[in-house]
Amino acid sequence: MKIVDQAANALSFVEDKVHESHFDRIIWMLRTRRDQAAREVPEWEELRELASQIKEHTLSRLGDYLEEFEASATKRGVHVHWARDAHEHNEILYSILADHQVKNLIKSKSMLTEECDTRPYLQRRSITVTETDLGERIQQLADEPPAHIVGPAWQKTNEDIAELFAKNYGADPNNTDAAYLAGQMRRNTRPLMEHGDAGMTGANFAVAESGAIVTVTNEGNADISANAPKLRICSVGIEKVIPKNEHLAVFIRLLTRSATGERITQYTSHFLAPRKGGEMHVILVDNGRSERLGMDNFWHSLKCIRCAACMNTCPVYRRSGGLSYGSTYMGPIGIIMMPTFDVRRYSELPFSSTLNGSCTNVCPVKINIHDQIYAWREVMEEKNQIKFVKKEAMIVADKILSNPHLYRIAATAGETALSALPRFALYNTLNAWGRHRELPHPVKQTFHEWYKENRPVQDGKEK
Amino acid sequence: MGTREQILGAVRTSQRKFVQLPEIPNFAEDPQNLSEKFESALKRLAGVVVHDPPKDFDQFLRKTFPAAKTICSTAPEVQGNTRVEDIGEWSSAGKIDVTIVRSPLGVAETGSVLLSEDELLVNTIGFLAHDIVILLDPKVIVPDIHAAYRHPHFRDKAYAVLMSGPSGSADIGGKTVHPAQGVMTLTVIYWPHNKQN
Repeated sequence: MKIVDQAANALSFVEDKVHESHFDRIIWMLRTRRDQAAREVPEWEELRELASQIKEHTLSRLGDYLEEFEASATKRGVHVHWARDAHEHNEILYSILADHQVKNLIKSKSMLTEECDTRPYLQRRSITVTETDLGERIQQLADEPPAHIVGPAWQKTNEDIAELFAKNYGADPNNTDAAYLAGQMRRNTRPLMEHGDAGMTGANFAVAESGAIVTVTNEGNADISANAPKLRICSVGIEKVIPKNEHLAVFIRLLTRSATGERITQYTSHFLAPRKGGEMHVILVDNGRSERLGMDNFWHSLKCIRCAACMNTCPVYRRSGGLSYGSTYMGPIGIIMMPTFDVRRYSELPFSSTLNGSCTNVCPVKINIHDQIYAWREVMEEKNQIKFVKKEAMIVADKILSNPHLYRIAATAGETALSALPRFALYNTLNAWGRHRELPHPVKQTFHEWYKENRPVQDGKEK
Repeated sequence: MGTREQILGAVRTSQRKFVQLPEIPNFAEDPQNLSEKFESALKRLAGVVVHDPPKDFDQFLRKTFPAAKTICSTAPEVQGNTRVEDIGEWSSAGKIDVTIVRSPLGVAETGSVLLSEDELLVNTIGFLAHDIVILLDPKVIVPDIHAAYRHPHFRDKAYAVLMSGPSGSADIGGKTVHPAQGVMTLTVIYWPHNKQN
């Protein structure tokens, strides 16, 4: 498949000032709230360390915990299935739905089913899939993938959504009030949820000891999807297993605070067995996870709890939008996950980062995200997946930055160019930096010149 | 070899070097003023707390939910006008205007109440109803989520939910608005066990 050029994809978004500033405002607000929420918990850093250790322990005994989860769930009457990849996941799901003559599936948000391309697979087989999460439904109606893993439609303005709901639901196109629009969603989707033949959810966690599937949601749609129809199916990535309820407590305290700055979501739901008179299926999905577990440099992303804090803090993500990544997972976590699925297709993603390390600092399970982004760059170089122009530019940069004499010449030349050249000569197609930004103002004196003047060295010692 | 064995085999081949499972320390906050902390946390997500059992509960319902006609209670302390046994299909619980249940646990840190099939009997009355009223004995409020997860419901019940406010969504514009798909309002009444109104 074609290589995803995130930088090129981001160009039109960056130029669209309305959407770019709307998205940046929401995402930065979430980041700010996350900081406030973290500060109110004195043991925040201890919780992060515990969460990291629990995940690392689980991944060191994952086979045992998966078997324990399977045994606990099976004992309570849950049917547990195993899928090696996305295709097997979709086949298993379809066979369960076909066995029960399901025509209408109500579904809550699940990044795993995005990863498996489940919705189009089922729709090709005449099963109507209704996304019941507001953001995910908006994206479904717009025929777009999620732009954010927590708020799939945050890239859209209220005006976009009003227009979409006017077209699909006959809503007032001029009413852009968020509460009105959410009400339109309820009015149109609740009847579908009450009459669905089967319900489907993902899982935030799966507890080995109890066999519990845990979902963390705000809207009530996952609980309706899981309880209203008699048939309920849950898709779970194998890395979602944790040992016991006491460990779940650590993650529940971290997850929502990291995601939106709230202490908890409105519904933290635990499904241990089928509802009365119902049937419950769990599909445990590998889809590349066992292979990633064996990658010495890149297994860490399996610790991820999908809070999106790394995305919210990333300046590249905030300003270029989620869809520019052309991938299921986006932002810093997407950069380190997606190449494990397809190195060539996602070979450009590791360069969509400033390597500022903020993603690592906010990660609630202490994934060393920026180190891994750098390590992926090295892999891309080894695998010869770096574009010719970028590679040549890096060779030149390496020569200049590693030689003080050359660096000073280049710095002086740069300053002269900034002061002397006309605007059209500075802002041309070769200047990627200046395409959406102003170049720095020229300075009268470089730091080196200032240092030489103010800190002259005599006999090897500073004055 | 079956799919299950192939996945487990691949996982065990790739598994990381053993890392010790950490002990979870006791983070429990000061167990004072739990009902005040609970109320303040629940308010953040638009839940409401009533401090004492209303003297005239019917009047309370009429005043709080003037349009409500169908009241379903599984709490022994109060009567509704619709029996939960008469709901029929679980998906038809949307005909209920107000659900009343008793919760066995509150969490001060998050303003959450615990509900399971033991309290709801028909799970869907907890979110398909228009509004929910939850009776909570202030004595069963625990300080934090760590303490909450010691409750046996999380091991024994088919369904257990920590409900922390009426349904809402921040998917449009990033700020939470109501309604979403579940209840429109959530009211907790501090109501000691075995106290009749």
